[in-house]
Amino acid sequence: MTDAPLIEIEGVEKYYGDYHALRGITAGIGAGEFFSLLGPSGCGKTTLLRAIAGFEDISAGRILIAGRNMDGVPPNRRPTNLVFQSYAIFPHLSVAENVGFGLRRAEMSTADKRRAVGEALEMVGLGQYGGRAAHALSGGQRQRVALARALILKPKVLLLDEPLSALDKKMREQMQVELRRLQRQVGITFVLVTHDQEEALIMSDRIAVMFEGEIAQLDAPEALYRRPASRKVGEFIGMMNFLPAQVGVSGVTQGGIAVEVAGLGPTVLQSAQCPGAARPGAAEVGVRPESLTVLFDEGTPAAHRATGRVDEITYYGDMTYYEITLEGAPKSVQVSARNMPGRRLLDRGETVALAWDPSSLVLFC
Amino acid sequence: MGDRRPVNALSKALRSDAGRGLTLVSPALIYALLLLAAPLAVIVLFSFWTQNFLTIERVFTLDNYRTALTDPLYATLMQRSISIAGMVTAVTVILAFPVAYYISFYVRPERKSLWLFLITIPFWTSYLIRVFLWRVILAFDGPVNGTLMGFGVIDQPLPWLLYNATAVVITLAHAFAPFAILPIFVALEKIDRALLEASRDLGESPAMTFLRVTLPLAMPGVLAAVLIVFIPTVGDYVTPRLVGGSGGTMIANMIYAQIFDLNDRPMGATLAVLAMTIVALTLIWAISRVRLWLWLGGRISGRARLLVLAAPVAEIALIGWVIGQGPAIFGLIPALLALAGAVLVSSAAILFSVPRGRFAV
Ligand SMILES: Nc1ncnc2c1ncn2[C@@H]1O[C@H](COP(=O)(O)OP(=O)(O)OP(=O)(O)O)[C@@H](O)[C@H]1O
Ligand SMILES: [Mg+2]
Repeated sequence: MTDAPLIEIEGVEKYYGDYHALRGITAGIGAGEFFSLLGPSGCGKTTLLRAIAGFEDISAGRILIAGRNMDGVPPNRRPTNLVFQSYAIFPHLSVAENVGFGLRRAEMSTADKRRAVGEALEMVGLGQYGGRAAHALSGGQRQRVALARALILKPKVLLLDEPLSALDKKMREQMQVELRRLQRQVGITFVLVTHDQEEALIMSDRIAVMFEGEIAQLDAPEALYRRPASRKVGEFIGMMNFLPAQVGVSGVTQGGIAVEVAGLGPTVLQSAQCPGAARPGAAEVGVRPESLTVLFDEGTPAAHRATGRVDEITYYGDMTYYEITLEGAPKSVQVSARNMPGRRLLDRGETVALAWDPSSLVLFC
Repeated sequence: MGDRRPVNALSKALRSDAGRGLTLVSPALIYALLLLAAPLAVIVLFSFWTQNFLTIERVFTLDNYRTALTDPLYATLMQRSISIAGMVTAVTVILAFPVAYYISFYVRPERKSLWLFLITIPFWTSYLIRVFLWRVILAFDGPVNGTLMGFGVIDQPLPWLLYNATAVVITLAHAFAPFAILPIFVALEKIDRALLEASRDLGESPAMTFLRVTLPLAMPGVLAAVLIVFIPTVGDYVTPRLVGGSGGTMIANMIYAQIFDLNDRPMGATLAVLAMTIVALTLIWAISRVRLWLWLGGRISGRARLLVLAAPVAEIALIGWVIGQGPAIFGLIPALLALAGAVLVSSAAILFSVPRGRFAV
């Protein structure tokens, strides 16, 4: 992205009375990007999205879209369209009328409008449903109608407020793939609000993780997963184990950071593995469940080893999660193992050897 | 054991959903049957009899109907009742809408019930007293004339404020305002605010959002208000009597006069039956046409839409012609029966075949 981002959010603050809902949000969203706002309930995702759409006045800061300051621009004059969490399908109109709602002002012939509506419905897989009453649709179909209704206007930005949360798991997974495909196809910038970290990881080019009105980390999914900027982000995205650690008195040397990790032993970490500055003293080390490898064959060579006792087993079919208490660690960690042909399940109480790699650790001071 | 079966079946039936529903409504149903249907039947029966000085001639005859339908006095009164009620309905609903809209959209949620409460305050005084108050307000030497003269707007009191149709419309519109505000308010409250935002988001201005989303979705409430105001005002008796003068007399006053002043109960009954029939036919006609129009309106566009809008106007003209010329050409009773039949059949056909859509019409 060499040019200026399509949406520039600069120091945006929002107060609801005394309540500080957005606390200085700054972010740039590129043209054609699939951008997600991820965070727990009440962190201000919807507020930020509605501020971009023009439904909330912001208390400070500014929002620019395509270089234009959006201050005072009403929603109907913004190059954005919003897919509402409740879909907001007009109950008094048919499916086709819903989809064509925004075309009234378009300079097109009636026949062209009808064709555009047909194409939009076709695109979301509802080609046959144009004549249906809008209230006679399933949740998934409503969601598609809402999507078609927004996309038909070819907005620069499509804003989606938890569009999939009302769908069942199967449908949701299917729509995640479909949305992603659609976004590539139309090339429109998508800003998606979700509280489902898995959904954000699957769909986004970049994710802004929000806590309490602030962006805690803005990164690509992989960076977010592998190098969470704080313990809170690491906990929120996927599963992460935290082991107490001690940063050596020598602290940071050019060779790295010397750390003594409970259960894993002494190791040296790169400074890139430590968000913020490392200081000597008590710290914590985060490790993902898949970064600890169960050595089913004790003889397998491994540079870094640990041993532990299996406390609990959770079987998922393709994967098994073991709760293992490492020797010297105060509490158990989650370890995942892929269930491959010929691989047995461990037993409760069994002592196992684990391999790990220092590069997969994250140090939180 | 065998003889207990029916009891079980009955108690079982009573415990089913439909049974429970019937049990719940039965007191009201019995009450309604006894106090509504029975008197109604008696009135219909009376309308076919005749008064012979002090006795009632219990012989079936259509004479009353013939008189009622041919005497221009009754026709004038009926026409006036419908047009006054129509005006009251229009004024009330048009004034009630902004009030309901304001309460629903601009009053803070915790204040809404207070506002509704304030709106019902006029009900605390008797209807009769409210009508009397209007009589005072609009009187020759009343505050309206006094104020206007005080400001020098007029030199002489306006004589036309009271004792005419306008006074009836003003008084009734005031009396029925809460009845119109409440259903419209309920309909507006039910509108999901996200729909209005969606309309703005899709490029419509606030005014167009009102026309394309708010108004259509408020339509069930507006129609309820129309019915609630129109039906009782057509047959209103007190207001025209107190503030209507001779120019504001309505059909109910004539029914009263027939029964109590002229001691002609059968004629009064006939007028009552005719008034009821005409109001019912008018409403069925209006409801079916509105439903048809809304349904077609959603399906066609452009010039064809205007044609559909014009159709009821043409129909009104046709009905007017039949009422005016029909009796002379086809005979009174056949022409009117044919007209009533045509209205009934066409309305029923529309109501049964056109889906009601999202409108409660
Ligand atoms: N109109 C309002 N008035 C006062 N406070 C509000 C208003 N709207 C939102 N808030 C508060 O602002 C905070 C952020 O709300 P927001 O709707 O943006 O959360 P969210 O991140 O979208 O949460 P969720 O995932 O539950 O939808 C919440 O604490 C909420 O209570
Ligand atoms: Mg939200």
